Amino acid sequence: MSIKRLRLLGLLPTWVTIGVLMIGPLLIMAAVSLMEANVYGGVHLRFDVSSYVQILFDKNLFDETEFNPAYLIIIMRSFMLALGATGLALLIGFPAAYYIARQPDHRKNLLVFLITIPFWTNLLVRTFAWVIILGRGGFMDQVGSFLNIIGPDESINLMYTNTAILIGLVYSYLPLMVLPLYASMEKMDVRLLEAGADLYANRYELIRRIIVPLTMPGIIGGSILVFVPCLGAFIAPDLLGGGKKLMLGSLVQLQFATSRNWPFGAAIAMMLLAIVVIALMVNARAARRHAVYEQTGAEATHG
Amino acid sequence: MKKFAKTMMLAIGSVAVAASAQASGKLNLYNWTDYTPTELIEKFEKETGIEVTLDTYDSNETLLAKLQSGATGYDLVVPSQHFVDIMVKEGLLMKVDGIADMPNYKYVDERFRNPSWDPEQAYSTPYQMGSASFAYRANSYDGNGSSLKEFFEPNAATCNKLAVFKSPDEVINMAHLYLGSDFCSEDPKEMQAVLDVMMKQKECVKVYSSEGINDRLKSGDVVMHAHWDGFSQVGVWEGVDDLTYAYPKEGVVGWFDSLVVPNGAQNVESAKAFMNFLMHPENMALLSNFAAYANAIPESVKYLSDDMKNAKNIQVPADVPVKFGQACNAKAQGLIDKVWTRVMQ
Repeated sequence: MSIKRLRLLGLLPTWVTIGVLMIGPLLIMAAVSLMEANVYGGVHLRFDVSSYVQILFDKNLFDETEFNPAYLIIIMRSFMLALGATGLALLIGFPAAYYIARQPDHRKNLLVFLITIPFWTNLLVRTFAWVIILGRGGFMDQVGSFLNIIGPDESINLMYTNTAILIGLVYSYLPLMVLPLYASMEKMDVRLLEAGADLYANRYELIRRIIVPLTMPGIIGGSILVFVPCLGAFIAPDLLGGGKKLMLGSLVQLQFATSRNWPFGAAIAMMLLAIVVIALMVNARAARRHAVYEQTGAEATHG
Repeated sequence: MKKFAKTMMLAIGSVAVAASAQASGKLNLYNWTDYTPTELIEKFEKETGIEVTLDTYDSNETLLAKLQSGATGYDLVVPSQHFVDIMVKEGLLMKVDGIADMPNYKYVDERFRNPSWDPEQAYSTPYQMGSASFAYRANSYDGNGSSLKEFFEPNAATCNKLAVFKSPDEVINMAHLYLGSDFCSEDPKEMQAVLDVMMKQKECVKVYSSEGINDRLKSGDVVMHAHWDGFSQVGVWEGVDDLTYAYPKEGVVGWFDSLVVPNGAQNVESAKAFMNFLMHPENMALLSNFAAYANAIPESVKYLSDDMKNAKNIQVPADVPVKFGQACNAKAQGLIDKVWTRVMQ
């Protein structure tokens, strides 16, 4: 057997895993989205595109078709929230990653290790912890009354608001922002900063013209890693947001559970997938542009 | 045709529970949250040597969706009366031979033998029964729960201090009671009225959730919550002394939960043993003492705790009607789903 063949054979588990566990379910989902719903859940094996039409045009109770912006509003709401969470995570994660990258080696490893600790616990449990922190009479309220911001029996009323959802999302996905940022910052040559300072760059210019461009792959990678799961999140919106304002993830979940409209749920999921793929393509493009920039930048230095 | 699609779904659904063992001497029970006393399970395990595994769900809809997706590995599930009906029609349940011949069947109240949702007693044995309405913290609220108007049109004390179940089953029926229309209405105009009532109510709703109800009332996050009679009583026992279950004059939504065996169950004999075990008055009383709901075994009264005998939240006043939820036909169900999706978005 040739080496090449052996290599292909060695990759077999990977192909089987991707094929069976990723592409298979994806195809089933695509197929379900094109079928007809059964009232009590499940699908009839009949071709039907009405689920995709339903995203924009809905039948009202009187069976009249009308333009329905509700789902677009839900999509926009999820988009804004995911964007907000990504921005906040970047604001918090950037200095944190920079701090870690500047530590001596032994402490670096310890700090990175600490960043990954939350992943050891189930997301549901961690989100529920925030219910206790933000809830009435919880930790936040106790701090508030200790600082005399609110009266002893009052509440800051953070629970069941968009702010609570945002806190939950940033908390959940912050490590996914910090780790790629750290990876690219660690590789950064510190001497460039010294050189910049020698050439009279102030701190702001050092960040803008040296650190940010050099860590761009980390920024883009981290942002994608945070943005994508936030877009489909439904645990934080449900537990912390009170389930009043639907997010894309909750909308999909609702279709499969309570509303028993599997094709529509699958159609929204497919659309979510499309949005994510587009986001990834934009990312790939930005990364390519960055690579070109680095290359020409390097040539300029040498030339 | 549908069967094929279902088989396809099986591929995903069964992964989660595929690991469950096939050997007898095991029982996989899938029940509502806060509905299974540890004491009861331990007693059953001790008497029969069967090892019980418990998993929980939060609504009839969740259970139905799970079974529809082809999830196997559960031996006993506990749907309400109308969902037993739906599950039989959808072919999700296994016929259980000889329920009427089980030794403890003789304890079941005549009125609940061969019930309308299982006229031949071929699928189900009784679990618990009760009602859905709303409950409030009497110390922080000035009303007396005499009308569903208090629930659907909150005042200053309850606005933004109100929580509602996260499934349409009981809530829409409560709206029907309030409006005086029939359950499972096929009339779009009546359903539009239901939708209007619920949208108006939503302006004052703080959270839609069917879990952690008593915690939310205890902390004071809300002062009024859609609730079940027995579970609100459990809240009182847990120290929320002023938690009062409302019996509004328009009526409450009744339900009757049963033990049934889903298709694909692997430990049918264990399931039958549990069905028989639970019909014994002493065991049924254990369950009622924990969950605080009424049951269909009259003799269990002998074994009820004093707490349970004096439970005020489960005493139905004579003039309050109890109307049982029904399985709706496709048209009515379609309208319900549309109303709920609109409320939720």
